[in-house]
Formats: sequence, C-alpha cells, structure tokens
Amino acid sequence: MVTKRTLVASAAAALFWVSPSGWADDIQDIRNEIKAIKDGYESRIQALEERLKDTEAKAQKAEASAAKSENKAQEIAAAPGPQAPTGQNAFNPGIGLILSGFYKNLSKDPDVLPYRIGGFVPSGDKIGPGGRGFSLSESELNIYANIDPYFHGHLNAAITGENQVEVEEAFFKTLALPTGFSIKGGRFFSGIGYLNEVHAHAWDFSDQPLAYQAFLGGQYGQNGLQAKWLAPTPVFLEFGAEVGSGQNFPGQARSKNGGNGGAGFFHVGGDFGDSTSWRAGLSHLYHRAKDRNAFEDKSGAFGGISNQFSGKSNLSIADFVLKWAPNGNPLQTNFKIQGEYFHRKEKGDLVFDVNGDPTVNPFAATASAFSSAQSGWYLQGVYQFLPQWRVGLRYDELDSGSPSIGLIGQTDPATGIVITEDDFGTLKKYQSKRSTLMFDWNPSEFTRIRLQYAQDKARRDISDNQFFVQYIYSLGAHGAHKF
Amino acid sequence: MWQCLKAVLIVGLASAAAPATAVVNVLATTPEWAALTSEIGGDKVNVYIATTALQDVHRVEARPSLVARARNADLLVATGADLEAGWLPVLQRESGNSKIQIGSPGFFAAANEVRLLDVPVSVDRSMGDVHPFGNPHIHLDPRNLTRVASALAQRLGEIDRANKPSFDARNKSFQERMTEAIKRWEATAAPLKGIPVVVHHQDQKYLLYWLGMKEVAALESKPGIPPSTGHLSDLLQAMQREPAKLILHSAYNDPKPSAWLADRSKIPSVTLPYTVGGSKEAKDLFGLFDDAITKLLAGIKR
Repeated sequence: MVTKRTLVASAAAALFWVSPSGWADDIQDIRNEIKAIKDGYESRIQALEERLKDTEAKAQKAEASAAKSENKAQEIAAAPGPQAPTGQNAFNPGIGLILSGFYKNLSKDPDVLPYRIGGFVPSGDKIGPGGRGFSLSESELNIYANIDPYFHGHLNAAITGENQVEVEEAFFKTLALPTGFSIKGGRFFSGIGYLNEVHAHAWDFSDQPLAYQAFLGGQYGQNGLQAKWLAPTPVFLEFGAEVGSGQNFPGQARSKNGGNGGAGFFHVGGDFGDSTSWRAGLSHLYHRAKDRNAFEDKSGAFGGISNQFSGKSNLSIADFVLKWAPNGNPLQTNFKIQGEYFHRKEKGDLVFDVNGDPTVNPFAATASAFSSAQSGWYLQGVYQFLPQWRVGLRYDELDSGSPSIGLIGQTDPATGIVITEDDFGTLKKYQSKRSTLMFDWNPSEFTRIRLQYAQDKARRDISDNQFFVQYIYSLGAHGAHKF
Repeated sequence: MWQCLKAVLIVGLASAAAPATAVVNVLATTPEWAALTSEIGGDKVNVYIATTALQDVHRVEARPSLVARARNADLLVATGADLEAGWLPVLQRESGNSKIQIGSPGFFAAANEVRLLDVPVSVDRSMGDVHPFGNPHIHLDPRNLTRVASALAQRLGEIDRANKPSFDARNKSFQERMTEAIKRWEATAAPLKGIPVVVHHQDQKYLLYWLGMKEVAALESKPGIPPSTGHLSDLLQAMQREPAKLILHSAYNDPKPSAWLADRSKIPSVTLPYTVGGSKEAKDLFGLFDDAITKLLAGIKR
C-alpha cells in the first residue's frame, strides 16, 4: 500500500513539473506511462492482497488448531495422572517424631521428699512431677504402616531424657477379619479406661491424673493379645478382651506358661446432634501377682523395712468423655469434658519385713492376710476459647481406704513386741487431692506450648505448688488421633 | 463377664449371618460425595455423611458414631489426597471392616480420578498445611465431578453387580445433565473471567480455575494457619494499592477475617457454599454451582 501511494504522489509531482512545457502529446505519453505503471502495480497489489488474505486464513486455522490443542492440554491436565511416588522408598512407613521438654518449678524438693502417693502401694518410678528445673521429656518415635492387606504395624519408641530407649508400643493389628473383629498383638497400651491408650503428647495436661499414677503407675501396657469386636449397630458399641504377661504394675512378671492376668472393656458412644459427641466405657483389669515388687516402709518401729504383696488385684474403671463444638466445627471454639472413676480391690498375703532379721523383728518375713479397697477419680474440662488458645481445669482425688492386715494387733510372746497400724504407715488411710490449671497455645497442629499450675496434695501431709512450662512438637508423619 | 460377652457374641454373629439387605451402605466423608453417590446410586444405596457443610474436613474427629458407621459400610467414598488424613485412617483401622481398607474395592478416593492442581514441587511444614499430593478440594470444578461420577458408577457396579445397569443409566443421565449445566454455567459466568479475588483458604481453587478467575491473595498467611491481624493489615495495604474485586470465604470458615478486610477495603465479601448444604440454595450438586455463580455475579455487581 505504501509503495502504491508514494508512486502516485511522485507521478503527480512529475506531471506538475512537466506541465509548464505545454506539450499535449508528451502529456498523453506520460499519462499512458503512468497508467501502465499504475495497472502493473495494481495487479501486483491485488496479488499481494490475495496472499495476505490467504496467510490470514492460514493463521486463523493455526489459531483454531492451537486452541484445540490447548483444550486437549487442559483435558490432559484434568485427567487422572500418577500421584504416588514410585520406587523403593514409596513403601516407607510413616515416621513421626515428638519432641517435648519441661521447665518445672516445684515448691517441694522431690529429692528430699520422694513422690509417694499417700496410702497407696508405690506403683513404680514413672509417677510424680519429676525433677526441678529444666528437663527433657520423652522423645517419641512413631513408625507405622499397613504391612499387607491383612495387617497394620506400629512401633512407638520413647527415647527418655535419661538416654534410654523404651519400647512403649510395638504391635500388629489385623485389618481383614470379618464381621467387626480385630486382633492386636505385641506390646500395646491396654484399652482400659479412656486416657490409657492416649499418648503423652496428646494429653490435655502435662501429667497423668493421680488415679492413673496410683493405680497403674502411669499407663498400663500389655505384652499380649487384644481382641475387639464392634457391634453392627448405628450406635457405637465395642467390646474388648485382653490377655497378657501382666508384667506391669499392678501385676508382676511371672515365669509361667499361658497368660498372666487380663482385661476386658466395653465402650458405647454416639452423637447428640451435629455439635456434641460422646463416649462412655467400663473396664476391668485383673492380675494375680506373685511376690510383687517389695516396697519400702520407713514409718514403723523397725525403720526402713520392705513389704511384699502376693494375691489378686482387681481394678474397675468407669470413664466418659464428651466433646462439644458449635456445628461440630472445632476450629474456632470447642469444649471437652472427661472423667474417670477407679476402684481397686486387692486380696492376698502381705509378707512383712521381707529381708528382716528375726532377732530384731520377730515377725520378719511373716506372711499374713491382706485386703484393701481403694478408689480415685478425676474430672477435667478443656475449653478452646479462641483459635490456637485453650484453658483447662482438672480436679483429682484418691481415697486409699484402710487395708486389713492380719499381723496388726499380733504380739510376739517372747519379746512382747506388738505390731500396730503404725508399722504399715505407708498404707495408712489418706485422701490425696490435686487441682490443676492449664493454659496452652497451639500456633499450628504441630506445636503446643503449655503453662500448667497444680496444687498437689498427693503426698501425705505435703502440699506442693507445681509450675510447669512445656513444649510439644510433632515432626513428620502424624498418625490420626482416636476420639 | 464371660456370660455377658458370650451373649453379645451370639447376638453379633447372628446379626452378621442374617441376609444382607439389597442396598449398598455407603459412608461418604463429605456432603459433595454423598450427593454424587445419591445421584448415581438412587434408591439402591444408603448414604451416611460423616461431615456437614459447616465443618472443616481437615479437622474432624474420628467420632465413635463414625466408627460405628464405618463398621457397616460396603463402600467408603472419600476425597483422598490426604484431605481426610487426620481422621479417616482411624475410622478404617477401628472399624474392623476389611471392605473399606485402602486397596479394597470398598474404598473409593475421588481425587485419584482427576489431575490435582497446585502439586507442590517440595513440601515442608514451614509452608503450613500444604497437601503433598496437590489441592484436594476437587469437587468445585464440575468437570471433575463428571469424571468422578463415571468412576464411582463403575465401582458401585463392581460392588453390587445386580444393580450395575441402574448405576450406569443414572450415571449417563447425570453426565448429560451436568454437561448441559456446565455449558449454561460457563455462559452465565462469563463476566467473572479474569476477576481478581481474595480467598480465605485455598479451597475454592478449582472453582476459580474453572471460571478463569484470579486468586491474588489468601486471608490465611499459610494454608491452615488462621488469619492473623498482622497478615490482614498487610493485605489491606496491598488491596489499597491494587484492589481485588471480591473477598471469598466458605460457609465453614470463620466469617470475621473476611468481614474485617471487606469493611476496611470496601471490597465486597461473598460467602460461598463450598459444598452441598453450605447454603439454603445448595441443596444438591447443581444447586451448589447455581448458588456459587449467582453469589459471585451478585458480588461483582455490588
């Protein structure tokens, strides 16, 4: 186009420049010439225009096909594709790690006043608030995966602050048994109570309720088998039975074939509308202990002696938990209330002053009938008042009761020594109490920073003000929590 | 105790041995998959929904009632892609139901049927609750629903062979109605193309992708981290420089952060149903998109 216009302009200029000469023929010639040039150019322009049209059409076609392939690309993008990682590592189990630690301020020095719950047979060394100052809590390593279509496997190892590794849980669980049955085997936290199966990092308070500490030495682990059956009802009804080695308190390892004690439990649960869900349960733990770990009693006339129990131990637990969240959405606010009641009866023999010298204590190593009935409970509520922020309150109480001990009131005819209640001072009736206030911040699902204050009156005639700062971090895969 | 257990066992075995009803028991994790299962299954399925539209699927408790429902399910319909990772594994493990375990025909994960958006190249928890497999909120692109529906129809046919023709016929009808509806929605929603929006969480990704809208910011500084005042103030400044057209949040989200930003930036805030039941109008899957698009269009006119 540009060429055409320029040409016409220059031709016109030429015409103007020539015209003063006045020769008509010449003018005609020039006109003819110009016309010829013009025609020639016009045909060329036409050709060019046609070519342009052609190219434009082609471009449109190309665009259309491009659009088509784009559509295809979108389709492909939306079509299913491989998602799971491939290769050997694709089958690596889930690995999760919990890091936790404390700063503790205790008004009573636990080194001077060891933590012994008043009136109860000591339940092991895993109870109480621990030491003062900074401490590292258990680092929990969790490794778990489905083994095959039939079994699930799980390991929970605790690396303690004292540089030891403890296998807390290592179990298999069946996945493919019919009609609601499942079997768990290995080492696992027993299904009794509500809190017993819950791992430390998921507790709503920094420590266990006193009842768990007094009756189970913290958490009860089985080495054995658990069978569960879930009823085919719209209401949650679950029945479980366990048989195990009974090696943990209140049991005692025994060298024998077959099981050594067992447990049974029953759970029921459901919803009230969209906002509230609940679960309640009854459990029973049975042991026949032989020569259970001897426990020290410094209170009597014979000084630091050790007594030892053999016999039946029957523990019953009633538990309930109720969770509420507006519309069942716990993100903004939610509330959880839970409580458990423990009752234990022990009946058998108590050997008095196991390692005693008969010349000093005429009743040394004497067994006599023993029976006790003890109880305890706790009630706790935790309220998330803002996203990330929770506050909780817990109250604990234990009633040790007065044991019946055959030796009490007996007199040695030779020395005239009379055994009194004071010779079994550790087991004298006592009511332990504790009140706990908790406050925690959870910036994400994987971090928890907690402040806790407790007034602990578990030890006989001692009131301990305990202040904890605790952190809990969860790294890596994090197994879903039970209700 | 043993007497009691025995009695229970007998009752249990008797009820387990009773002839199964002809209906397929389905446990759907979310309302959208329940709605889709009903579309395909009709009266040949019995659907129980684990969550409501007002609950955040990321954070649901493995409630005893859900374990009980999982026990009796012939088919578990879930989103997959780890969306329900916080509670579904517990249901599967505690249910004592071999039918619904991963790898069994009774476990259906919708996300396996579509290509996910936003698959991260690398993941680290410092990035918040990122989903390693990609954004799992796939149901908000209706084109995904048609793909999932076909796969679901096939699965239902495998579980209940007798009713396979019914599932196939219902799927065909659903495909036709959905394809029709998609055309209609795409035409109505044309003005939404290219509209910049702020979202609460990245759960509307597929809707925005489908409608060609532009997500320019999120109220959550990182996925799953509740909006902080600091982050909201930064957003407000950004919005004053380069305003978005809409602030979107889902029915289950806390409405306060959106309201805060909408108030100060004068950008209209829109509550989207997110799933079936998330609003009065979102009664089924068709109502869900009708309502979402109506609300978005109303939003840009404000």
